[in-house]
Amino acid sequence: MLSAAEWEAIQLSLRIALSAVGWILVPGIAMAWLLARREFRGKALLDGLVHLPLVLPPVVIGYLLLVSMGRRGVIGQWLHELAGISLPFTWQGAAVASGVMAFPLFVRAVRLSLEAVDPKLEAAAHTLGAGHWRIFCTVTLPLALPGLVTGTMLAFARALSEFGATITFASNIPGETRTLPLALYSLIQTPGQEAAAARLCVIAVVIAMISLVASEWLARNARQRMSERDG
Amino acid sequence: MADFPDTAMKPDAVSRKAADTGLRLAVTRQQGHFSLNADLTLPARGVSALFGASGSGKTSLLRLIAGLDKPDDGHVYLGERALVDTRRGVCLPPNRRRIGVVFQEPRLFPHYRVRGNLTYGMPASARPRFDAVVELLGIGHLLERMPGTLSGGEAQRVSIGRALLTDPELLLMDEPLSGLDGARKQELLNFILTLVQDVNIPVVYISHDPQELTAIADQMVVLENGSVLASDSLENVLLRVDLTRQLGGFDAASSLNARVAGHDHHYGLTHLALDETRQLTVPYHDAPVGTALRLRLPARDVALAQSAPTGISYRNRLAARVETITPLPDDATAVEVVLRLGQQRLRARLTRKSRDEMALAAGQTIIALIRSVAFDMRQR
Repeated sequence: MLSAAEWEAIQLSLRIALSAVGWILVPGIAMAWLLARREFRGKALLDGLVHLPLVLPPVVIGYLLLVSMGRRGVIGQWLHELAGISLPFTWQGAAVASGVMAFPLFVRAVRLSLEAVDPKLEAAAHTLGAGHWRIFCTVTLPLALPGLVTGTMLAFARALSEFGATITFASNIPGETRTLPLALYSLIQTPGQEAAAARLCVIAVVIAMISLVASEWLARNARQRMSERDG
Repeated sequence: MADFPDTAMKPDAVSRKAADTGLRLAVTRQQGHFSLNADLTLPARGVSALFGASGSGKTSLLRLIAGLDKPDDGHVYLGERALVDTRRGVCLPPNRRRIGVVFQEPRLFPHYRVRGNLTYGMPASARPRFDAVVELLGIGHLLERMPGTLSGGEAQRVSIGRALLTDPELLLMDEPLSGLDGARKQELLNFILTLVQDVNIPVVYISHDPQELTAIADQMVVLENGSVLASDSLENVLLRVDLTRQLGGFDAASSLNARVAGHDHHYGLTHLALDETRQLTVPYHDAPVGTALRLRLPARDVALAQSAPTGISYRNRLAARVETITPLPDDATAVEVVLRLGQQRLRARLTRKSRDEMALAAGQTIIALIRSVAFDMRQR
């Protein structure tokens, strides 16, 4: 049904999107908590920085990544020397680029749901003998679960559809960084490939729909567990 | 109600220590325009009430004791243990204070069942008490329910159980009845009354309802504008004529301790003994002979007579001695008379005119007339 190239693009897309979500999960929750629950100097600036990928052209983000994490970039050089890791033109680099683009969406969703958690419940847990870490894991995070699910799905969808930052930072290498959107772009650029492009387009729509339905179902499940009637 | 197994309710060495010396605090805290400045020592046993109008600083004080806020300056000691002492640089977080807190709202965790809420803060040492606490609060049938399905009274009972099961050395209750309507309020109050007699730890109970406090408190602290106006036994505070306005003004009352002496089933009456010689008759109260009760008597329901009158509907006549006569601070027409009945004391309110006509004076012997319907009884 699917050609080898299509399969490759789908698998690569999923792998990159999942890795992107995977690496932003913990820093994203930490950032959302920081912005939702703490007051500190420079909070507005940090908030702005987190949101930058949302308002900047993705190509700019890709370029900034290339400058900082490329072989000669400050971070890139350091990564290469210490760990032998080189991100540009690799699928890991594509995951980093997609993750950066998805980060603000994830933080926004999680932050909103953290803000909706009643601090009075956390205070109650504190008087019941729970320390900050236990309160976070047993009260705050479970109560923010619907937002966490929504945020994860948004981030996943955003990572899956990432184009500009990926092509700038990780290039368009078949089997390495050619994800669905990049493959589609390549086909459109090639004369006589209209039918193949249309096929990829349909595949992209199907994957997006599946993840949307899955996120709705998960979020509803999480909400229901909290408002459950008599057990 | 439920009997705790002997072993389960024995306080450990630490809490016994706390129980001997009680709670000592001297704290100041500025919150915007409100400043709290309290210096208090509360006894190690029984219920101490923090009483005052809203905005008097009751909840602020509770938050300082619980560790949810820090004082600008001062200390709070529970027994020998410093909970906070700004001079020594000690400030325990709430989770290390071993204080159970019951808030105005139940604050149950919506994502845990009742059982999960109850065991949330329960150390292994409190596990043997689980069944007894559940039975005491009558929440055994709710254990597998989610908090969202509970009524207000049920939820508050669960939150009391949850606080008790942390094995606290002090229990703080911040107007736990405030969210409930009349009948539910009475029901929960009865649970709390049973409970405070069963637990071996001091209880600090916040309320702005003098009637509620008469029922529950042994010690009473009156707060106003962030400072302590009075801190004494309930009986003594209720007799403070200068606090009449704070204590409910028109409804100011005193409290008497009595025992059930017998029942008159024909007329539906109960006889109470205040001491060997003084008896009161009240509407039938379903309690066995010998039960200790606390009565609340509004000062305006006590009348005075020079000699025992005849043909009068006031059922209760008690020989008393006039101790003090004080003008009411906010009422030019009335005076408040404190009467001595054996070991106990009682407030009576009369007009200035009656006082002059009767030529009342301290030391005089007199008959106190009390309407039998004027009692507000709580089992103690």
